[in-house]
Amino acid sequence: MESGNIIFCGVGGQGILLASEITSLALLKAGFDVKKSEVHGMAQRGGSVVAHLRYGEKVYSPLIEPGTADIELAFEMLESLRYIPYLGRESKVVVNTQRILPSSVATGTERYPEAIVEELRTRGLSVFPVDAFEMAKALGEIKAVNMVLVGALSIFLPIGEKAFVDVITERVPERFLMVNKAAFLEGREAIVRMRNS
Amino acid sequence: MKSKTDIEKRVFLSGNEAIALGAYESGVRVASAYPGTPSTEIIENISKYKGVYAEWSPNEKVAVEVALGASFAGVRAMASMKHVGLNIAADPLFTAAYTGVRGGLVIVTADDPEMHSSQNEQDNRNYAFAAKVPMLEPSDPAEAKEFVKIAFRISEDFDTPVLLRTTTRVSHVKGIVLPGKRESSKVKAGIEKIPEKFVMLPANARKRRRELGIRMERLRSFADTFPENRIEQGDKKRGFITSGVSYLYVKEVFPQASVLKLGMVYPLPEKLIKDFADAVEEVYVVEELDPFIELRVKAFGIKCKGKELIPSSGELNSNILRKAIEGGEGSRFEPVEIPQRPPNLCPGCPHRGVFYAISRLGAFVAGDIGCYTLAALKPLSAMDSCVCMGAGIGNALGMEKALGKEALGKTIAVIGDSTFIHSGITGLIDIVYNRGFTTVVILDNRTTAMTGHQPHPATGTTITGDYSAVIDIEALCRAVGVKHVHTVDPNDIEATYKLLKTEIGRPEPSVVITRHPCVLLPEMRKRKEKPLYLIIPERCTGCRSCLKLGCPAIEWVPLSEQEAKKLGFKEKQKGYARINAVLCDGCGQCVSVCKFNSIVLSGEERGKR
Ligand code: SF4
Ligand code: SF4
Repeated sequence: MESGNIIFCGVGGQGILLASEITSLALLKAGFDVKKSEVHGMAQRGGSVVAHLRYGEKVYSPLIEPGTADIELAFEMLESLRYIPYLGRESKVVVNTQRILPSSVATGTERYPEAIVEELRTRGLSVFPVDAFEMAKALGEIKAVNMVLVGALSIFLPIGEKAFVDVITERVPERFLMVNKAAFLEGREAIVRMRNS
Repeated sequence: MKSKTDIEKRVFLSGNEAIALGAYESGVRVASAYPGTPSTEIIENISKYKGVYAEWSPNEKVAVEVALGASFAGVRAMASMKHVGLNIAADPLFTAAYTGVRGGLVIVTADDPEMHSSQNEQDNRNYAFAAKVPMLEPSDPAEAKEFVKIAFRISEDFDTPVLLRTTTRVSHVKGIVLPGKRESSKVKAGIEKIPEKFVMLPANARKRRRELGIRMERLRSFADTFPENRIEQGDKKRGFITSGVSYLYVKEVFPQASVLKLGMVYPLPEKLIKDFADAVEEVYVVEELDPFIELRVKAFGIKCKGKELIPSSGELNSNILRKAIEGGEGSRFEPVEIPQRPPNLCPGCPHRGVFYAISRLGAFVAGDIGCYTLAALKPLSAMDSCVCMGAGIGNALGMEKALGKEALGKTIAVIGDSTFIHSGITGLIDIVYNRGFTTVVILDNRTTAMTGHQPHPATGTTITGDYSAVIDIEALCRAVGVKHVHTVDPNDIEATYKLLKTEIGRPEPSVVITRHPCVLLPEMRKRKEKPLYLIIPERCTGCRSCLKLGCPAIEWVPLSEQEAKKLGFKEKQKGYARINAVLCDGCGQCVSVCKFNSIVLSGEERGKR
């Protein structure tokens, strides 16, 4: 049975917990053992947030070892760099190109690094930049950024579209369902297009 | 591969959700807690089950007393808290070990190695030893649920409270759990007067102390045959003694090794440990934080390796373990130097206004535990101490007593509303009783924000959302003898500053209540009309005053000389500030901070200067 390690990272308030939850449940439906680790409390007040998801036949440790993440799903560009020690040479990085300024940058004492995607690529990583914020905005719901990203991530997992759509249908409240499903599919599309081009 | 029906029954729960399910399946009837990361979701989930009474208690001590009372009445009861909460509840715990129980009593302590959201990382296994109560420690959510059920059985069979210890990586890890049937206690609910058991007068307590000794002996032999203390036979070279989440790291790194997994960490199974050690060449004890198991294993006369290899602070993980035992470093990318992203008060957080005002007083700010502890960070830098729940008030009084009149106007205590009720009231009484003059600021944002917005006795609702009596904080302060009690809206920074300035200089006790709801409360989030503020660029002189608020919505746009000229600023102006409209919550605090009147309500741009 296949196994994998996914690291979710971004900024508190971006819907990372829900995104990792949906992914976990889809993997669970497909018969995998799944463990997910997250941090609550003080870390959530606009700080950097990370969740570890591991799946396989049997998962012991709830934490991903440095160097062993198969995929990084970064909800914010700068954050994709922060967790780089978790990645290995073969890792894939799906990164939302949205920039959320940390306070030191917003107040002008530090600079937001340029050319982050290149920075990742020079390390030999396969990088898939997705403008999830614009895509969600075009769908009329900026909160759907996380679902766009789940869609993009889903392409790389050993489970089909249906398992995800089923879980989204179960978990997302009725009135947000349409837009979230659409966001998920757009995210998938974006990666398919990138891989074909 | 699991069968299809097995897969369908599986649920994906966090350790805390699993503990709640375990409590429900154990037939728990009363559950009590005070919020604290990483324990909070336990009771939040218990409160959703029918047939269970759940409450937010004012603090952990009361929570344990309530649960113990329920046990006296013959029902199963659970109290849950974070590690430092058990310090508050230690008093009833130590004597509950003497009284024992009628209905099963389980106390959950959720420890926080690495201090993800705590002020220390104490190892609460030490409480099991100190209080002489058994302690179980699950490794993952599935075990967490089962261990709760086992804990209740042990509690009733041995007439003792049982501690269940989790850590952040058990409480906040999600994994697969299989729900089971609800069981019930054999104990009959009702009133039974058993003074020799429940009234701990010295004469009774001495008898119960002897009982306690006998009970611990029985528990020790039980531990040797307890199925959750189990040997997983592997190769004989290395044998690992471990428990809790550390067990998972051992299995991850050394899948072939022999393992003694301890489900019960106190008391320890001496015979089992000796048998295990005899059968392997080298014994390693792998545990987070203190050498709790190691010291005891060594006291049994067994040679083992432990803390000389494994760190005794912070969390473990499989990487640390691998390095500690095998040495060497796996291949990986070096961390990149990038700007940090520390947590910050939300845009529009009412605390920001108070702390900005306080920072202008130049006083020593004795602080406390909550979101507002973040005010200690730059740029507000408006907190000078933070020790534990309620400590700020006593600390400020102590400084005042140490320095005498010299301290007047130079010290101030700051505490949140929920924290004040938890353990601030007695400190305030001390100020009045011992003729102090410390000013206490109560930051009343109508909720327990840090842990995820739980109601408390001054909010008017209970854990289930039912309406309840509301504590009138002003009246309470007056009732304990404070004559000068004032309330102010912290978003009005000028008024808050003036009031604080007057009160802090007053040689008598005073309380300033700064009242404004937390912006993340539903009533605030659902506001129909949220005002939006903006900075008129032509008026901005680039003085950077507004940046001292530290509001995430206020951004600095740097300018080169050319850009400055082109945009019509003075050549020397290094930049200008702007408000991010997506982030601004409309609190209006920044308006008074700008001396050039450049911050205005959207739509009033053309107003007077
Ligand atoms: S959650 Fe509430 S109290 Fe906490 S920082 Fe945000 S606004 Fe302030
Ligand atoms: S009004 Fe000013 S201080 Fe308040 S949230 Fe908006 S920008 Fe921040």
